[in-house]
This record gives sequence, structure tokens and C-alpha cells, in this order.
Amino acid sequence: MSAPGIVVAGLRKRYGATLALDGMSLTVRPAVVTGFVGPNGAGKSTTMRVILGLDAVDEGTALIDGKPYHRLRHPLNHVGSLLDAAALHPSRSARNHLLWLAHSQGLAARRVDQVIEQVGLTSAARRKAGGYSLGMRQRLGIAAALLGDPPIIMLDEPFNGMDPDGIIWMRGFLRSLAAQGRAVLVSSHLMSEVQDTADHLVVVGRGKAIADAGVADLIAAASGGRVALRTTAGTQAMAVLTRAGATMAATGRDTITVSGLPADRIVTLLNESAVPFSEVSAHRATLEDVYLELTREAVEFRAATPAEVSR
Amino acid sequence: MTPTVTPHRPRQRVGRDGFLQLLHAEWTKFRTVPGWVTGTVVAALLVVLVALLTGVSSNQKGSPPVPIGPGGEPVTDSFYFVHQPLAEDGSITVAVSALESSIPKGLEDLRPGIVPWAKAGLIVKQSTRPGSPYAAIMATSGHGVRMQDNYVNDTAGPPGPVSAESPRWLRLDRSGDTITGYASTDGTNWAKVGAAEVSGLGSTVQVGLFVASPQAVEGRGTTSSVSTAAFGDLRLQGGWTDGEWTGEQIGAHSPTFAGFPGNRSGSFTQSGGRFTVTGAGDIAPAARYSLPAAGTLKDILTGTFAALIAVIVVGALFITTEYRRNLIHVTLAASPRRGRVLLAKAIVLGAVTFVAGLAGAVLAVPLGERLSRANGVYLFPVTYSTELRVALGTAALLATASILALSVGAIIRNSASAVTTVIVAIVLPYLLIANPFMPVSVANWLTRVTPAAAFAVQQTLVQYPQVANPYTPYNGYYPLAPWAGLAVLAGYAVVSLAVAAFLMHRRDA
Repeated sequence: MSAPGIVVAGLRKRYGATLALDGMSLTVRPAVVTGFVGPNGAGKSTTMRVILGLDAVDEGTALIDGKPYHRLRHPLNHVGSLLDAAALHPSRSARNHLLWLAHSQGLAARRVDQVIEQVGLTSAARRKAGGYSLGMRQRLGIAAALLGDPPIIMLDEPFNGMDPDGIIWMRGFLRSLAAQGRAVLVSSHLMSEVQDTADHLVVVGRGKAIADAGVADLIAAASGGRVALRTTAGTQAMAVLTRAGATMAATGRDTITVSGLPADRIVTLLNESAVPFSEVSAHRATLEDVYLELTREAVEFRAATPAEVSR
Repeated sequence: MTPTVTPHRPRQRVGRDGFLQLLHAEWTKFRTVPGWVTGTVVAALLVVLVALLTGVSSNQKGSPPVPIGPGGEPVTDSFYFVHQPLAEDGSITVAVSALESSIPKGLEDLRPGIVPWAKAGLIVKQSTRPGSPYAAIMATSGHGVRMQDNYVNDTAGPPGPVSAESPRWLRLDRSGDTITGYASTDGTNWAKVGAAEVSGLGSTVQVGLFVASPQAVEGRGTTSSVSTAAFGDLRLQGGWTDGEWTGEQIGAHSPTFAGFPGNRSGSFTQSGGRFTVTGAGDIAPAARYSLPAAGTLKDILTGTFAALIAVIVVGALFITTEYRRNLIHVTLAASPRRGRVLLAKAIVLGAVTFVAGLAGAVLAVPLGERLSRANGVYLFPVTYSTELRVALGTAALLATASILALSVGAIIRNSASAVTTVIVAIVLPYLLIANPFMPVSVANWLTRVTPAAAFAVQQTLVQYPQVANPYTPYNGYYPLAPWAGLAVLAGYAVVSLAVAAFLMHRRDA
């Protein structure tokens, strides 16, 4: 029995001098929203194009329910995808855009009207898609992805151009797709867009997955054993704790994150040396922290910010 | 996530995987872009519109009627005729000892020249009306002795030119409607050249000597010529009614007669059995040069050229727009078998363009013909099957060109470059051959090897070996047969389509 969902293993692809994919692997399982996050240029879109059989790879495999995409007879029945919301003919109406797509799969026009209603475009369906806002185009793209009622949905940056209402709608929608048992892969270059939606995260950088884990596991791993210290005597505190073997990072004007020492030991050390402090607590990382930490190495072009303190 | 999760099962029932679904999808794509539908309709309308303009813009009311031969074709029937009636059966014999032609070199300056189809001989003709049935035997300047009848039939006799040292004796026997021609090089030993059944001669026919001198082909044009022949040893047998010879230029005011060059005119002198006859014109099917003002089906369908540009643009855009908008990703994600996608596009585009082109041609031809005729324009006649071939061929020409544009679009993946490439490939050679100053060899080459060869499918004029004429594409004579010309374009389209399919398969979408 082949594995349901998407299984990508060891993709490698070079465009001229650029290594776009460097051993990309990931798995997208049914009934789960998988967030596919990483900076721009990390290989998310390329991976999705490879999954859809649009781009060929130098090495590696991408399988849909155990088969390469091109072996699927009615692919939209297996995978619904949205790569680029602007991929429309501007003078064709939204409904006609879905209609030709439906005809290519032998689907009836009735199904087109169903998905238009599902994404809330009924009133605008007969207008030219060229006049659509980016948010409306995203909805139209989602409708196209739903056309074949596929068990796998793959969306590239679906939050782009959406207004706040649209973002809320999209989150709920993705959750409902997973609740129906579908495997959902959603890419974004912003962790904030997927953190409340995804159950599972694949963080990518420089053409490969640098983390592939559940959201809770990731946060726990990133928080691991660190302690947040609030003190006005930062320099003294750091001197004392360094002597005791801890490593530190200043994270604010009077906050320091300490690794390598438990909280009670820190309190004892500071008291012994009469260093004043107002708070010592277990540090809890946000997904954003996890993301920044994971992708720090992978970001190729980023302006240095004053908040960054080297450790 | 729990292990008890049931993966989603699609509820959408689909039909069988099939090429028909792809065709359906591509047809839906085509018909839902208003610009493409408009472009295709405009192509058809351009064919019709130009036919209407051609019809109304040419006014030749009051021009003399074109002589029509017994077979219904337009003919040239202008020659100097020294004749008398023959009431019943009989025969006439003569020796031709000289045939010399003059061609104008510059204004009023006649010089001796070679007119290969200059003719001097004997003719039996129903009447002196241009276009009436006849049979004749003649010496020619460059093609030996010939027996010809009813304009289109031509049989070769003994070869070689005539001279005082080497005259040709010619004889025509009339027996009812059967005319038999003989030739001899010594006046004693006769060889039968041919026999013609000329129906509708009636009992009394006009029989005698004639001289014709067709226009001489000079480069890409023609010039009128005049020829003089010396006859001797004239002998008559049978039912001749009176002994007087009448000389006249037949068809002097016919539109297919270019007139005498310089200040010359037709004449004959007689002394005993010797005659000297000077004449101009020809007895032959009319070629394009002899009816320069007449129209052809191809002239009526000149709008094909404009329509071609429209269908090339639509054909290229049908795929390049998908590349420009990344829509090709959606198309290929829905139908991963790329060769089939391209083929479906080609079939839909070709079929749509064919139907539009056929509608345009089917409307344009009768409308253009009617308007032209109402304005007194003579049209080279065509059979119903030729008319059908031209209409179907025009539609096929447009359809094939659109498929070529689609293929080039799939190869280049850029609208402007694809359109330019295909227009340069088809329209540029067409413009070059439409230039009357293009050397014939270049024009013929262009219409053999470039996609513009396909315009041969619209040709309706017939080339006659016994008529010297600038048989150039400009004049409506193509070096390739109609369907062979179209096959050249189809070859380009098929090769481009194969290259496009190969590249689509190899390249990332």
C-alpha cells in the first residue's frame, strides 16, 4: 500500500550556477495542515513545481500517493494546487477559467458553481478575472484547487494580498480542509501567517528542510532549558553567571536569556554576589524565534539589525 | 494527529481519461477569451471585405467582350486571315518558305527578333468571329510544325524552322467536321500530323492562310510582335465557291489582342501562287498577359493575406499568453502529458480557424464574383470543383498557418517574437512575390520552399505549353500544384509542432 499524501525525498536541482534544491525532503500527511516556511528563495516554490511535475529534478523523487505526478490520470482528483494566483487570462471570466479546468478533468459545470460558492465568489464569478484584486484571485485559485475534490491540497503563499478578513477566512478554511481528512501543504515566508494554522512545520533554507516537526515539539526544543532574567545590573550578572559556565544573550534593555544553568542555581549565584534582579523565569520561545533561529544561517541577504547581539 | 484519521476520499466522479476532455478544455479556453474569438471572426470578415472592395473598385463597364472558345475558356483569337469560303469538303495545300518576326526595341524601333510561337499556315474556321471553332496546321518559328484545334489542343509535327532552302508543305483536308493535317518537307512525301473533330463547323467554312504573332516574353513582361510569312505553291481541291481571297485582321478589337507594334498593320500581297502575309496576335487560350484586366478567384481572395496576419496573432497568443501569465503551470498540472496538450491546442485552433476561413471564402467568392461581373470585369472561369478547392484550400491555408504560429509560440514562448517570426516566414515571401520586379527565378524559388508556397492553393490559371507567357507567381501561376504548395506550409507546421512538443517535454514548464 502506497503512502497517502506527498512524500518528497532528496530533491536536488540546479539552475545554472544556483543550487535551488539541495536534498529537499518532506512528508505531507492526511488530516494535517503542514506549514512550509522559509525565506524567499529557499526552494519552496521550486519544490511545489517539482511535486506537480512542472520542473524536472537532477536527483530525488516526489510521489503523490506513491506515484509520480505525471502518472496520475486525473491529477486534479488527487492534488489541488495553487502556485500563482496571477496565473489567469485577464479577459476570461472566473467561471470560465474554472470551466475549462473542469472540462480537462471531465467534471461537470455544476462542480464549478459549487467551488465558486465555497470560496465566496458567486457574485463576481462572471466578471473578467483581470479585474480581480489579489485577494479575489487567491480565492479563485483556491476554488481551482478544490475543483477535483482532491485529498491533497497544496497552496503557495495563499495569504499574499489578502485583507485581514481574508486571512481569517483562509485560516479557518485550511483547518476545515484538514478536518475533512485532507493533507494540506501551505507555504509562506512569514511564520506568523501559518503559526496558528499549521499542525506540522517544515522549515526550509537554502534548498533543504532544516526542521520537520510538530509545532509543539519545535517550540519545546527551541525553549529547551533557557531562563529569562530581568535585571538592571546586566553587566555584573553576566560576569557572575559566565564564571559559573552559563552562556547568555541580551534580548532587551534589561532582559537576558541564560542557557546552561537551571533557574534556582541562577538565583543562588546572583544572591551570593549581591547582584540585583527583579525576575527569573523559564524562557518560552515563540514560533517566530524558532523560525529566526533556524533560518538565520539560511537567509542569504538580510540587513543586520541592532537587536541582534552576538553570543 | 491520531492514527485513526481517515484520509479524504474524493466524491467527484470523473469521466474516463481521454483526449476528448483535453479538446473540450482547449475549446472552452479558446471561446472564453473574447479577443481570440473576435480575431478569428475578423479574419473571416477581412476575406469577405477585401472581396467586396475588389468587386466594387474595378469598373470595366463597356469593355468589349472577351472571346470565348468552344470549351468555354477565354481565348485569344486575333490573326491575319487570307480566306475564302469552302461550301463542302475539300483540301488546301501550301508551302511556307519564310517566317520572320519583329519586336519593338524602344519606341517605334522594330528589330528582327525571335517569337518562338509565331505561326504561319492553313486554317479551317467556322467563321471570322473570334472564338469560333477551327482547326489549323502551321509552321512555327521555334516549335516546328504543329496541328492545333479549338485553341487548347496542340499536336507536334516535323520539327525545325522554315527557310527558303527548307520550306514546309502543309495540307488540310476537310471532310465534314473532320479536319486532317499533313506536313511534308519536299511537297511529295506527306506525313499525317493529326486529325481533329471540330463540331459545329456548319457546311460553309472559311479556309485560307493565316499569320499570327503572339506577344514576345521579355523578362517579366511581354511586348507585342509582328510576323511576316511567305507562302507559295497554293493548291485547292474540292468545293470552293469563288476564287477571290479576302484578307483581314481577325479580332482586331478584341480585348485579348495587344495590337500591332510600331506603325505596322496586317496585310497580304498576292502574285500568282505566291502570298506574303503580315499579321499579329495569336490563336490560343488566353493567358494572364493577354487579359491583364481580367480577374481571378485569387484576386477576389486577396483578403487572405490580411486574414493570415489575424490568425497568426491569435494562433501564437493561444499559447504564448499561457506562458506569459504562468497559466501553462495550471494547464500542465491539470494535464501532465504535454504533447497531448499541444496537440489538443493545435486541433482546436486549426479547426476553429478552418471553419472561420471556410465561412469567409464561401461568402467572399460568390459576392466578389457577382460584384466584379456587375462592374464589367471578366473573370477567368473556374469549374465548380476548382472553386471548392480554392475555398477549402484557403481555409486550410489559414488553419495551417495558425498551427504554425502556435508551434512557434510554444518554441519561443514570447508573443511578439512568435508573431514576428511567423509573419516574416509567410507574409514576407508573399510580399516579395507580389512585387512585379522580383526576378522570376527568385519568385519561383520563394514559392517552392517558403511557407508562402501555400498560396498556390488559390491558383486557378492553367499553364499551356503552347502559350508563351510570364508564368510567374505574380501573374497567378505557381511552380507547385495547389495541394503541393499547401503541403509545403503543412510541412513547416508539422516540423514546428514536433519541435515544440519535444521542447515542451524537455524543458521545465
